[in-house]
Amino acid sequence: MNKIFGYPPTLTPRTTHYCPGCTHGVIHRMVGEVIDELGIRGRTVGIAPVGCSVLAYEYFNFDMFEASHGRAPAVATGAKRSRPNLIVFSYQGDGDLASIGMAEIVHAANRGEKITVVFVNNAIYGMTGGQMAPTTMPNQRTTTCPMGRDVNEVGYPVRMAELLAELRTPGFIARGSAHTVQETIRTKRYLKEAFEHQVAGRCFTFVEVLSTCPTNWGLSPREAANWLEREMIPYYPLGVKKRPDVQAAQEGA
Amino acid sequence: MPRIEIDKERCKGCERCNDACPQEILAMSEALNVKGYSYAVVTDPSRCVGCRLCAIACPDVAIEVYSAGTQYEFFAY
Amino acid sequence: MAKVLMKGNEAIGEAAIRAGCIHFFGYPITPQSEVPEYLARRLPEVGGQYVQAESEVAASNMIYGAAGVGMRVLTTSSSPGISLMAEGISYIAASELPVVLVNIMRAGPGLGGILPAQGDYFQATRGTGHGDFQLLVLAPASVQEAVNLVILAFELAEKYLNPVMVIGDGMIGQMMEPVEFPVEGVGPPLDPGDWALTGCEGRERRIVNSLFLDPEACNRHNLKLKAKYERMAENEQRWELYNCDEPYDLLVTAFGMMSRICKTAIDDLKAEGTNVGLFRPISLNPFPYEPCRRVIDRAQRILDVEMSMGQMIYDIQLAAQGRLEIDFHGTAGGVVPSPDEVADKIRESLARIGRSPARKPGKRSAKAAAAQKSKSKRSKKTATAQKPGKRGGKKPQNAGKRSAARQSSARRHGRRSGR
Repeated sequence: MNKIFGYPPTLTPRTTHYCPGCTHGVIHRMVGEVIDELGIRGRTVGIAPVGCSVLAYEYFNFDMFEASHGRAPAVATGAKRSRPNLIVFSYQGDGDLASIGMAEIVHAANRGEKITVVFVNNAIYGMTGGQMAPTTMPNQRTTTCPMGRDVNEVGYPVRMAELLAELRTPGFIARGSAHTVQETIRTKRYLKEAFEHQVAGRCFTFVEVLSTCPTNWGLSPREAANWLEREMIPYYPLGVKKRPDVQAAQEGA
Repeated sequence: MPRIEIDKERCKGCERCNDACPQEILAMSEALNVKGYSYAVVTDPSRCVGCRLCAIACPDVAIEVYSAGTQYEFFAY
Repeated sequence: MAKVLMKGNEAIGEAAIRAGCIHFFGYPITPQSEVPEYLARRLPEVGGQYVQAESEVAASNMIYGAAGVGMRVLTTSSSPGISLMAEGISYIAASELPVVLVNIMRAGPGLGGILPAQGDYFQATRGTGHGDFQLLVLAPASVQEAVNLVILAFELAEKYLNPVMVIGDGMIGQMMEPVEFPVEGVGPPLDPGDWALTGCEGRERRIVNSLFLDPEACNRHNLKLKAKYERMAENEQRWELYNCDEPYDLLVTAFGMMSRICKTAIDDLKAEGTNVGLFRPISLNPFPYEPCRRVIDRAQRILDVEMSMGQMIYDIQLAAQGRLEIDFHGTAGGVVPSPDEVADKIRESLARIGRSPARKPGKRSAKAAAAQKSKSKRSKKTATAQKPGKRGGKKPQNAGKRSAARQSSARRHGRRSGR
């Protein structure tokens, strides 16, 4: 009998503070697994955001930064530019990346920083207790849009993957989800490809992962997965939005 | 025969593994763990095929999967 | 080492390279943009990285990232930009990382103006960002001193694992002066200690972090930082005394370029037989209270002169502990007091303690007054950018009328005394 699934060495043995059914834990594990599979733990530096995953440095068992809210892509730029042999990735939520950190992520992508960004989109501010995020769905109730997001008042949710894919600078940009096992497996492939591009020093890489937030959505983990399937997937289509070689081929580079 | 081990103290009772199991042999315990959650249990170990879907779905890495002579590589999923 | 005529901003950039810093993350803002421009050319030559951030907010986090992986790093900005960096600097100080910041001050508040000012004294020494942290702040009064202090700043940043700010007003950045670089070529890279995130291969992993959710841990961290700031106060006070060896009744206090203008006024008065002392802090934080108190004790009165509405004066009051009256002369907005203006203020202060020196304008000040008058007439027509004159200060056009009137009265006075 050999163990064919268990704790990746890149995660610390700590139990996480995440709520039951929150898929941050799944995404953390997959990032850890990819780093193990690529054998890069010894030269990986991760950057934790401010948000539910602010404590990610407690869970990832390698060198970690704690960045200020929204600034992880800038911290990653500073680290990668000055020590290019490091594998640098930021792990951010939707409040951190798509709201206060929007300038940082757009410019890091546009400069083509050779970093990886893992963007967890759960359509809400988790850590601070369920406020509306830039990715909150139309009519979705949160503590700061109690009558539901009114798109006439605050506009439509932001589709980060598509927004970044529009940038001319080459990159690998994909969106996956962790609400079902099948999508989780597909997301892991995107994560692996993203880190592989960075190991090859090829381009900016970004993986958006739709994630459940049972506590702040006010749903059980099962209902949350169903809600994500029913509400978020149609609005946030999954798949690869941009690949460096494809783009190069198209433009005959 | 493949089997899984559930760390009942890590389990937060989210039941994601129950939905993920194709053999539908996972359920939640009557007893509570130290955190007060009812934890996942295998109702019929003999029907486990070692497909790892439960472990993949688990947000807390509370499930280890053991198998003999399986064609899967470690982690490759 | 041969002297080179260099613009202050470019000399600052070169000084960083000589100190072994080949990574720069910054953003354009007048009057310091020549630093990024210079380094954008120079850093590729030395295998370094020049990155223009999308904002000063981003730049302050990029230097956090670079310092966190154990590299020497510099950012420069000007007043509003430093305001945007406040949060980042607080994180850097709390995470105990070595970075060097340069603030080439401009007129404030708000968008203010692009001409020299000293209105960021509080921001630098007390209120840079949230929480109990301090910057080590060094204020040069010349381009050469700016070079020396930038090089020193890297040493101190690494000695204390703390951000160090070199703060100069617009003139320090914009004027050209001959400089000599004490170091040839590119300085050595930083040998990072066990705090740097260099990849955990073969060692325990490390964390660069300033989050302490446990109140006891956060309190302990604050006490640790405080002990560091006390060590800085003990070892890193720097100041200059000018003309204090002979007895004086009035002590002038000023820093940066303002102190050089005051020195010229003091020289003029000395030529007239009146001895006035000057105290110039080089380290604004830790402020040299004790040395300042020693020279205050030998004076009857103090005149504090700043290109602001009065900020360093609070530290002078702390040093004086109420022993002496402190007069203040301050201009903002880019109005740079001329030596004659300062000399008049000195005479007023001396008059308040019954020592009014003979009002014979010296040979130089009469000639300068005449030159001043012709210049101010010309500057009324064209709003020329502020070019510091030989005497380190020229009034921009809007103050021209007032100074012209004073000059003419001085000349009349001169004629009456038959010279």
